[in-house]
Amino acid sequence: MFDVHAGYIVMISGAVTVMLRVLPFAAFGKRRPDFVLYLGRVLPPAVMMMLAVYCLRGVNILAGSHGIPEAVACVMVVALHVWKRNTLLSITAGTVAYMFMIQAVFV
Amino acid sequence: MRAGVIRRAIHDTVPVMTGYVVLGMGFGILLSTKGYGAMWALFTGLAIYSGTMQFVCVDMFTAGTGLLSCAGTALMVSARHIFYGVSMSERWKDIHGLRKAYMIYALTDETYSLVCESDDEDYCFWVSLLDQSYWVAGGVTGSLLGEILPFDSRGIDFALTALFVSICVEQWMNSENHYLAMTGLAASVLCLAVFGADGFLIPAMIAITVTLFILRGKIDV
Repeated sequence: MFDVHAGYIVMISGAVTVMLRVLPFAAFGKRRPDFVLYLGRVLPPAVMMMLAVYCLRGVNILAGSHGIPEAVACVMVVALHVWKRNTLLSITAGTVAYMFMIQAVFV
Repeated sequence: MRAGVIRRAIHDTVPVMTGYVVLGMGFGILLSTKGYGAMWALFTGLAIYSGTMQFVCVDMFTAGTGLLSCAGTALMVSARHIFYGVSMSERWKDIHGLRKAYMIYALTDETYSLVCESDDEDYCFWVSLLDQSYWVAGGVTGSLLGEILPFDSRGIDFALTALFVSICVEQWMNSENHYLAMTGLAASVLCLAVFGADGFLIPAMIAITVTLFILRGKIDV
């Protein structure tokens, strides 16, 4: 049985996401203002930090596991990445460690 | 020449492939544990093609989120894509047609991080196409495995966090000063403290943009 509600959720989320990708190309046809060029250059590092914080927004340090699994796993990802600079290794090790902690340690 | 470009695109996308396959499989497994099969992994990977948004969608499936609220959430979660379009609109100004339409549609965080360094249209196109193939293949594989294996997937969505954290570290190590990263971190944490988990993303984007304009011309970024 097809989940109609989920179908609408996917189509709306997709339409909004694609629209946001198209918008800058449509908005500034041939001539791009200076501020647009400046933002294009400086935004990515700031936005990546924002995304990392976004992923961790649900962590509550006052309750449950006090954010310890998230903190330990993040430190692991940072340390491994500084050491080896291997994206696969950093992501896999951090995720496996996190899964182990929330499934076997902080239950 | 075409074969050389494809080979280079395959080589450069290996890190994205590893990230996308792990994440995509995590997404597929999550989908199947909520009762949504491989067709949903394919459908979301083509209709949305945004890791963050697809993970959020699974929440909205099960929470029974209203459609207006879904549109608002999508606006906030995906708003960052405006930033990528803003910088690529200059670089891609001489590319036209279906190819460009595809490249704009497929401009994810990771694809942006690769194509923003290149002026080669063929290369940008193949990077975009390969990245989406990895993502969709990972999602479909994960949802198929998730249906077969009795597997405790709790916490596998941390792969998304780990991906962004490793990109932050990579960018931190590649830059001379850290004003930009610190601006993003400080503004986001501050807005999270003030506005809470559900409403901080848009204020954070505004705070980052305003701060970057204040910094403009004052520091060497």
